[in-house]
Amino acid sequence: MTHIDIAGLEVGQEIGSQSFHFTRDSLVRYAGASGDFNPIHYRDDFAKAVGLDGVLAHGMLTMGAAVQVAVNWVGDAGKVIDYGVRFTKPVFVDANTGADVLVIGKVGSIDLENNTVRIDLSASCAEVAVLGKAQAVIQL
Amino acid sequence: MVNPNVQGKKYPETAPYLVGREKVREFANAVFSTNPINHDLFAAQAAGYPDLVAPPTFAVLIQERSLHTVIADPEADIDFSRVVHGDQRFIHKRPIVAWDELTSVLEVDSVKSLGAHSMITFKTEIFDRNKNLVCTAISTLVVRGE
Repeated sequence: MTHIDIAGLEVGQEIGSQSFHFTRDSLVRYAGASGDFNPIHYRDDFAKAVGLDGVLAHGMLTMGAAVQVAVNWVGDAGKVIDYGVRFTKPVFVDANTGADVLVIGKVGSIDLENNTVRIDLSASCAEVAVLGKAQAVIQL
Repeated sequence: MVNPNVQGKKYPETAPYLVGREKVREFANAVFSTNPINHDLFAAQAAGYPDLVAPPTFAVLIQERSLHTVIADPEADIDFSRVVHGDQRFIHKRPIVAWDELTSVLEVDSVKSLGAHSMITFKTEIFDRNKNLVCTAISTLVVRGE
């Protein structure tokens, strides 16, 4: 059980939002934590050589940060029972200014029988959506 | 092009991965988690868990180990330098917690071609030491054509 009363929720209701500031340090930290050392996430010369506009964030970093909006709402990371996203656009992370990813969570659907709620997450960088169909099912 | 014949192919179980407390904290910091049960043992235990709870995307570490076996498989013929992550999903039977010892079995769910590109979908089942299913990770990679 959680502190959230499912009967009080409405589809479309906003449950929270957060802006995440990604810097090159964030990418190096995520590379170390995840073991994904693809150089497109920290080397400009390498990113350019493979035809990218610059260093980009790991899609999994964006995915991992975005779900925190749902986690903070429910207060328990262990209640996220199903979480999926599509990676639609890259997040380019400038060496000096970084990148800001804005995540907004809304109630997508409510399942009273199973006491679960689907949170739909929108994630955008410079007003361009970077995740598609980002949905987290929370067990209440 | 990815070899369509690997559709349905199952890869051998990976070696056990022991989930460390500090790895959970390190990963939680990397994904901007401030949820106490990812960081604080007492908070996790007060919430009813045996140890620190890993963030919802932590299973990617285990999935990666399985993926490496496929990338290294000459039959699959995947050019990793042309790979882009298309989508990702984690379905949890229970959360991963510190001191779990996890193994995984990967199956190639589908191989599709989309013009010059290939799309390959993997299903990785992650098990604990008692061989109970903890998480199913589903990942689609897009391999860009020449």
